[in-house]
Amino acid sequence: MKSALTRRPGSGYKLADAMWGYFFVAPVVIGLAVFYAFPFLQNIYFSFCEVDRFNRSSFIGLDNYREMFGSAELYQSTGNTFLYVLLTVPLGIFLAMIVAALLNSKARGQSAFRTLYYLPAITMPAAIAMVWKWIYNGNYGVLNEFLKLFGISGRNWLNESATAMIAVAVVGIWSMVGYNMVILLAGMQGISPSYYEAAQIDGAGALACFFHITIPMLSPSIFFVLITSLISGFQVFDTIYMMIGKTSLAYESTQSLVMLFYRNAFDYGYKGYASAVSIYIFVIILLFTLIQFVAQKKWVHYE
Amino acid sequence: MNNGHRTSRVILYVVLCSGVLLTVFPFIWMVLTSFKLDGEAVQVPPTILPQHPSLQAYQQVFDVIPFRSVLLNSVISTVLIVLGQVLFCTMAAYGFARIKFPGRQLIFILVLSVLMVPGQIFLIPQYLIVQKLHLLDTMGGLVLPSLFSAFGTFLLRQFFLSIPAEMEEAAILDGANRWQIFTRVMVPLVQPGIVTLVIFTAKYGWNNFMWPLIITTTPSKMTLGPALSTLSGVHVNNYPAQMAGAVLAVIPMLILFIVFQKQFIEGVAHAGVKG
Repeated sequence: MKSALTRRPGSGYKLADAMWGYFFVAPVVIGLAVFYAFPFLQNIYFSFCEVDRFNRSSFIGLDNYREMFGSAELYQSTGNTFLYVLLTVPLGIFLAMIVAALLNSKARGQSAFRTLYYLPAITMPAAIAMVWKWIYNGNYGVLNEFLKLFGISGRNWLNESATAMIAVAVVGIWSMVGYNMVILLAGMQGISPSYYEAAQIDGAGALACFFHITIPMLSPSIFFVLITSLISGFQVFDTIYMMIGKTSLAYESTQSLVMLFYRNAFDYGYKGYASAVSIYIFVIILLFTLIQFVAQKKWVHYE
Repeated sequence: MNNGHRTSRVILYVVLCSGVLLTVFPFIWMVLTSFKLDGEAVQVPPTILPQHPSLQAYQQVFDVIPFRSVLLNSVISTVLIVLGQVLFCTMAAYGFARIKFPGRQLIFILVLSVLMVPGQIFLIPQYLIVQKLHLLDTMGGLVLPSLFSAFGTFLLRQFFLSIPAEMEEAAILDGANRWQIFTRVMVPLVQPGIVTLVIFTAKYGWNNFMWPLIITTTPSKMTLGPALSTLSGVHVNNYPAQMAGAVLAVIPMLILFIVFQKQFIEGVAHAGVKG
C-alpha cells in the first residue's frame, strides 16, 4: 500500500499518479483547447459579428444569418453540395462493394488489385484534379477524343453548368472507391466461412448468400463507409477549387458550401459572414450524422 | 459445369481489369503528357506516346515555382506534423487509457467532440491566432494547428486499451516511474498503432490543401498544393507543365505507398473494422 501522503483521503486516485496522468494528456489537451476548442467558440461569436479587415469584431446580432438565409447563393451552394453528395456517395459505395465482392471471391492477384485500386486514395486531390481538368478539356481533352471514336461529339465539360458537377462527381467517385473497397473487403474477410457453408448446405446460391449473409454481416463496415463518405462529401473543396476556375461558366452551379465559406472568409474578407456559413455547414453535417446514427438501428447488425 | 466456371472467371478478370484501367488511366495520361512538348500536347488527334520525349515541361515548372524550397517545405512540414502527432498523441492516449485521474472521462469526451466538427469551423480563428503570433507565411504557422490531433489520440488509445494490465504492473513493482513504463514498456507494444498513425498523418500532411493555401503567400514558403495552384494560374494553357507539376507532387507519396503498402492498406482496413 502507498502511504497516506500519496493517497488523497476519500478519493480513488493516487495523487502522484493523477499528476502523471495530467502530464501525459497535457500537450494534446492544451493544444486542442488553444487551436480547436477556443476557435470553435470564437467562430460562433464571430458569426454574430462583423469582422473588418483589421480583424476587429463588432456585434451585429443575427444580421449575418439573416443575410445568409436571404441570399440565393446559399441555396444554390446547398443544392450543389447535396447534388455532389447524392452523385458520389451511393455510387462510390456501390462500386466499392462490387470490387470488394469480386476480390473476395478468391481472385488471384488479390493484393496487387487492392494496391492498384487504392492508388487514388493516396494521391494529392489538388494534383489529381489538375489531371482530370486536362482530361476533360473541351478542345484537346483525351475524353472528347475518345468519344469521337464512337462518333459522339464531346463538350466543354467543366465549363457548362449542365455537366460540370457531374464531371466533378466522377472525380469524387474515382477518388473514393479504392478507400471504401479496402474497408469493405476487410469486413468481408472477417465474416466466418461457416455461415456460407451452412447456407450452401441449405442450397442457397451465390446471390442469395450475398444478400442474406454478406450484406447484413457487413453492415457495420457499410455504416462506417457511409458516415465517412457523407462527412467528406459535404466538405468537398480541393477538387472544385482546382478544376473550376473563377471565369468558368459553371462556377455558380459547382460552388460547394465550403467553397462559399472559403471565398467569403479569405477572398472577400467577410469573416463574420463566413463564420455563419461554417456554422450552417456544421449543423447540416451534424443533422445528417445524427439521422444516420438513428437509422442505423434499423439496418446495422452488430454481432 | 467446368466451362461455365471458366467463363465466370474470365468475366471476373475482365471486370476487375477494366476497373484498374479506369483507376490508373489518369496517372498514365499525366506521366505521358508531362514528357510532351506543349505543342504536341494540343495536337489533334492527340498522340499517345510522346513523339519527342522531353523534360522541357519539368524545366518550366522549376522556372515558375521555386520547386526545391516548395518540395522541402512539404517534406519538412509533413515530418514535423508526423513527429508532433506521434509524440503528443501517444502520450495522451497512454494517459487516457492507463492512468486514473479526476476528470479523465469528461476531458476525453471533450477531446472526442473535436472529431465531430468539420474543419472549416476552426479556420478563421486559427488564422487569426497564427497571425497574432506573427507566423503567417512561416513553417511554424504551417504546422502548428496540426500538431495536435483528436483522431490520433483516439486511435492510439484503442491500442493501449488492448494491452493486458500485467505488462505494466510488473514494471511498477520493479519501481519504474510512469515515464519509464511509457517509453520502455508501452510504446514498443503499441508500435503497430504508431505505424498506422504515421501513415494517416503523413498522407494528411502531404495532401493538405486549404490550410497552406490560406497561410502561405510567398512562393518559396508554399507547400506543393498551393504551388500547383499557382502553377496552373501561370501556365494556364501549358498542359505538359501542369502535368509535370502534378507528377512531382504525386511521386513522393507514391513511393512511400509502394514501400509501405501493407501498412497503408491494413491501417485503413483496421480503422474500418474497429471504427
